[in-house]
Amino acid sequence: MEATPMISFKHVNKIYDNGTVGLKDINFDIPHGEFLVVVGLSGAGKSTLLRTINRMHEITSGEIRIEDEAISQYKGRSLRLLRRKIGMIFQNFNLVKRSSVAKNVLSGRVSYYPTWKSILGLFSADDRQKAVQSLHRVNLAEKLYARADELSGGQQQRVAIARTLMQDPKIILADEPIASLDPLTTKTVMDILKRLNREDGITVIVNLHSVALAREYADRIVGLRAGEVVYDEPIAKVTEANLNQVYQAG
Amino acid sequence: MMTQVPRRPWTQRWHVKPIGWTVLMVGLLIASSRMTGVDVAMFFGNLGQFTELLVRMSQPAWDYLPVILNPLYETIQMAILGTTIGAVFAVPFAVLAASNLVHNRWLRGGIRLILDLVRTLPDLLLAAIFVAIFGIGSTAGVVTLAIFSFGMVSKLFYEVIETIDMGPLEAMESVGANPLVIIWYAVLPQILNQFVSYFLYTLEINVRASTVLGYLGAGGIGVFLQRSLNEFNYSQTAVIILATLVVVMVIDGISNHLRRVLL
Ligand SMILES: Nc1ncnc2c1ncn2[C@@H]1O[C@H](COP(=O)(O)OP(=O)(O)O)[C@@H](O)[C@H]1O
Ligand SMILES: [Mg+2]
Repeated sequence: MEATPMISFKHVNKIYDNGTVGLKDINFDIPHGEFLVVVGLSGAGKSTLLRTINRMHEITSGEIRIEDEAISQYKGRSLRLLRRKIGMIFQNFNLVKRSSVAKNVLSGRVSYYPTWKSILGLFSADDRQKAVQSLHRVNLAEKLYARADELSGGQQQRVAIARTLMQDPKIILADEPIASLDPLTTKTVMDILKRLNREDGITVIVNLHSVALAREYADRIVGLRAGEVVYDEPIAKVTEANLNQVYQAG
Repeated sequence: MMTQVPRRPWTQRWHVKPIGWTVLMVGLLIASSRMTGVDVAMFFGNLGQFTELLVRMSQPAWDYLPVILNPLYETIQMAILGTTIGAVFAVPFAVLAASNLVHNRWLRGGIRLILDLVRTLPDLLLAAIFVAIFGIGSTAGVVTLAIFSFGMVSKLFYEVIETIDMGPLEAMESVGANPLVIIWYAVLPQILNQFVSYFLYTLEINVRASTVLGYLGAGGIGVFLQRSLNEFNYSQTAVIILATLVVVMVIDGISNHLRRVLL
């Protein structure tokens, strides 16, 4: 018997309100602990695909199962609990720039607290310690009290990863996490994601533009074109030639 | 090769739009002064009376100053209290009126309609009503200022909210936060400074407004202003006006300073 996958797409379609086809008959599984990279041209549907996993986007038909549970019926609290176990990293970091690094990191923990405690900032000593540790894991412990907008782009992205770690996520979704970074910080951020995948067993799904980066970090590469999966290979079988077909028109 | 500069369309070349608007505005101005019967000649003809008033006010009765210190203090308190109450109530309404936070068009439209209605009520009318309800005194003034501030501040607030960066909201949503927590963590820090700035601005306006409100019996310095004018005691009026001026200038200075520090 095969182990149940972490995430399973079953004939998933997404059509936007204006008629744009976002996803077309997506049908594949993502096993526990995989480092999956999704590639494709801009507009191929990479962001859409990622956002259906934590229900930031609704699908039009089909089914998505996470740890063998259909997620489409989740509402209110059950939806928030689903999101709690799925971390998300964004191209623009999405930190609150005027808030301190500490507050940004701790904000990743709010779904473990009742509303009033979150609002009063009554985090336990353990969780404050956890925030320091999370920052430590992205090598930014010394920035705990800095304001987020004092940090460079690469540092901000690492704070965003620390925030995600506060969720104790089983899955991390990263939507072009390095698109606004220079080559050096790109490597730092990708290395951190890879380490979280290897050391903590977090299932990581990253949207990337760069084929070279995809080949360097992925366990498996999925290629999208016009909302459809046109490529799906484990890294051992990925070659430059067959991967390039993702980018061919048609 | 020569670079081709695209030709400006003739409407732009002859400044059709700006000229058209100017002509229209001047026309409207003339038409409206005709219709409302504004008499410019009378204004200049009666300037003499105005200068006479100024002359009589130019000898302030400084010994009157101690009498008005308390009411002046009361005016400031009224303004602070009224502005604070109004601003506190404005926050939830501003959130519900912001198009980037509330996607339900009916809810948002309903809230905005209420806010528009509140803003339409003239503060003098409100003061007259609340003096009738609460009797002469500062309660009526505070309630009037609270409602007036509420209407003004809520609009300023929701326009600020509509300019925020939505990224942090998306992040907090993805973390599994509920709407209240999202607003607290991702919206408030982005707008707090501008909120404080608008609060101070409204406070300034309210100190000025409350002198006029007192005129209707809504407490504070305005009561004394009215009394001195009724008694044609212009040297007392002068003291009241000068003292109010000082207070407004001090508050202006403080709030300008705070705004500079905050923004
Ligand atoms: N909110 C939306 N409404 C309508 N169409 C959208 C929306 N978001 C994305 N799209 C369209 O869906 C397609 C896929 O977009 P996206 O998932 O953002 O692609 P990618 O992330 O690969 O660049 C594009 O054609 C895009 O224009
Ligand atoms: Mg995208």
